[in-house]
Amino acid sequence: MATLTDVQPIPKLDPFKGVKKLPLEEFFTSGHRTCQGCESALVMKMMAKAAGPRTIVLGSTGCMYVANTTYYSTSWVIPWMHTQLGSSGSAALGTSAALKALMRKGKMKNEPINVIAFCGDGGGADMGLSAISATLTHPDYNCLILMYDNESYANTDIQLSGSTPYGAHTTFSPPGKMKRIMHHRWKKNMAGMLAAGHPTCRYIATMCMSYALQGMNCVRKALSIGGPTFIHSLDPCPKGWDYDPYLSHEMGELAVTTGVWPLYEVEEGVVKLYGKTKEIAEGRYKRGQVREYLLKQGRFAHFKDEDIDYFQSKVDEMWEKWLIPGVIPFRKEVEADSPAAR
Amino acid sequence: MTQAALEIKDAETTALITGSEAIAVACKLADVDVITAYPIRPYDTVMQYVAKLVANGELDCEYIVAESEHSQFEIVKHASAAGARVFCGSSGVGWMYAFEALTVTPALRIPMVAMVGNRALDDPGAFGVEHNDALAVRDLGWQLVWVDNAQEALDTALIAYRVAEDRRVFLPCAISCDGAFLTHSQALVKIPSSEKVNAFLPRYDRGDLLLHPDNPITVAPQANEDWLMEIRRQTAAAMERSYTVIREVYRDFERIFGRSYGNPFFEEYETEDADIVLVGMGTLSIPVKVAIRQMRKEGKKVGFVRMRWFRPFAAEELAKSLGRFAAVGIIDRDFSLGAPYLSGVLATEVRAAMYPSAKRPPIPGFICGLGGREVTVPDVVKMSDIVYEAADGKAQPLTQWIGLRE
Repeated sequence: MATLTDVQPIPKLDPFKGVKKLPLEEFFTSGHRTCQGCESALVMKMMAKAAGPRTIVLGSTGCMYVANTTYYSTSWVIPWMHTQLGSSGSAALGTSAALKALMRKGKMKNEPINVIAFCGDGGGADMGLSAISATLTHPDYNCLILMYDNESYANTDIQLSGSTPYGAHTTFSPPGKMKRIMHHRWKKNMAGMLAAGHPTCRYIATMCMSYALQGMNCVRKALSIGGPTFIHSLDPCPKGWDYDPYLSHEMGELAVTTGVWPLYEVEEGVVKLYGKTKEIAEGRYKRGQVREYLLKQGRFAHFKDEDIDYFQSKVDEMWEKWLIPGVIPFRKEVEADSPAAR
Repeated sequence: MTQAALEIKDAETTALITGSEAIAVACKLADVDVITAYPIRPYDTVMQYVAKLVANGELDCEYIVAESEHSQFEIVKHASAAGARVFCGSSGVGWMYAFEALTVTPALRIPMVAMVGNRALDDPGAFGVEHNDALAVRDLGWQLVWVDNAQEALDTALIAYRVAEDRRVFLPCAISCDGAFLTHSQALVKIPSSEKVNAFLPRYDRGDLLLHPDNPITVAPQANEDWLMEIRRQTAAAMERSYTVIREVYRDFERIFGRSYGNPFFEEYETEDADIVLVGMGTLSIPVKVAIRQMRKEGKKVGFVRMRWFRPFAAEELAKSLGRFAAVGIIDRDFSLGAPYLSGVLATEVRAAMYPSAKRPPIPGFICGLGGREVTVPDVVKMSDIVYEAADGKAQPLTQWIGLRE
């Protein structure tokens, strides 16, 4: 009998060298019913292209389930299965465990098969956090969990999630006569939290498909490094964020260039900022003001200057005070922090 | 099955093991591929035995300790969709924590086999047996079977895989073992040879429903009112077919292992000349049988019908059998608050099964042995006396709580 900790075959997926070098084949094609300008649908398409045909995708309840897989008009060319809202971690783990057992026991051809489970921010940062966390502690199963974050429960009518930005107008947090700001919580630092909390996980990254080549290469690295991995993708949502659909690409760029959405990879425990985020950190690109980003979106239309200033101060804090800007929100103890009595 | 299967040398062994251990042994014999565990008493003893089998290299499977029952059941659900034979289980509120996963498992036509170590639901806390946990899924497409001894637990686990994985069925099966009374009680169990088990239980073949790059299907898309009803009907048809498949499988079990359970759906004890019978599920069969032997010495012709399969429910067959008696008393080790006549689940279902029958004896119901409280011999005698009175035409309340502190 084989040992119980043997290694699954891992695919070799070198980074794509440029947009012109991308394969032409699509594995997520027509048939879906996502909104005009939906960036999450683009994430699905690029994710599938990056992973290739030997891939199984598990899709958690959310926009990318409900709008993507109408019976008889599926957009998935590769095998796809629904999983429950909070089950992306379990779906990835169970599928990977089955492949591993069946291949080891000679019940299935031994070959690399990618396993990707995706979830939205509601399914990932809220309900599915526990299962995702558990899966990231299992180094012996290859799988990727991709969280497409459109910053609300967009499929069910735009309700706030733990990943909705401060102050945003959602159907569960409408501005009113007494309260202008109904949502006071700061967005969860999902990738940073998972990277800090799962030291044996070999790859965790943030991405934004406004930078599609980099995004696809994140997916390829996540699938070929071995073990469970996690990617957090920020996806502008015309319906939930309330902007003209033709601006989706620009909205993603603004999230990055204003420093609201840092792009980074944590590979084998090493943090690497990449893209525009790296340029900002190295002083080669001047970080924009969050005002340019927020005021293009109807969900912040009720913001007054003080709200924008508060938002800016929190983003500044992330860049200027965090132990690792954009990644680890702790600060090192400095003289002024010491309790006086000591 | 070929004739050769019958000629395999019987390498059967006998061991003194608990109901939980018997099911762990069945997992080994069935060469299960993926098993998930999460602790809750009393079912979790099965996972302790599984863990030991894995640690000793006797069982080659992916053994995953999950972080909740919801994940526990979701992990094996997906493993099964990818072609793995799976095992899982829970008890009481743990089973309820997994409820969302339990809901989608039959709908996805996943032939999962699970053990329920029946336990009272919280609150207040109680470790003992009640059947409400397993019964909670009775409308969803789970096949539900109750066993009352360790041998039956082992045999039924093998039968469960064979029935669940039959392409005509493809529905999950939960084996209910009364907490403590069966999960923790040892008995001598005949352990069949793996050759015989292999002859009885073919490999799990998911066929064109396999989720694999060579078979790129989309599973469980958004169907809405356009198609949901047709898909639901297909699942219902599978449950209907399960009834026939169960019969076939028990016949094959007898042919290969040389042991018979008679009628698969319910066991009849001393019913041939009985005036009245009691009906119940699980290990309360033991005090009931003892009491019947005692009462028969006093001339009271009482019989017992022990329900094994609750889903599918052998309604016609049961109605035919129970119609023979002057009155029938149903012992529920469960509750169904606000149900018709305030009865338990089993009484309500048996009455429903009897309604189209020409012969409908009085059917008083009893709620008894909740939270693991012992069903005693005097309790059984008391219930029998009430059923006799009902048979004599003396009106009786349709539901009485027995063994309740006044």
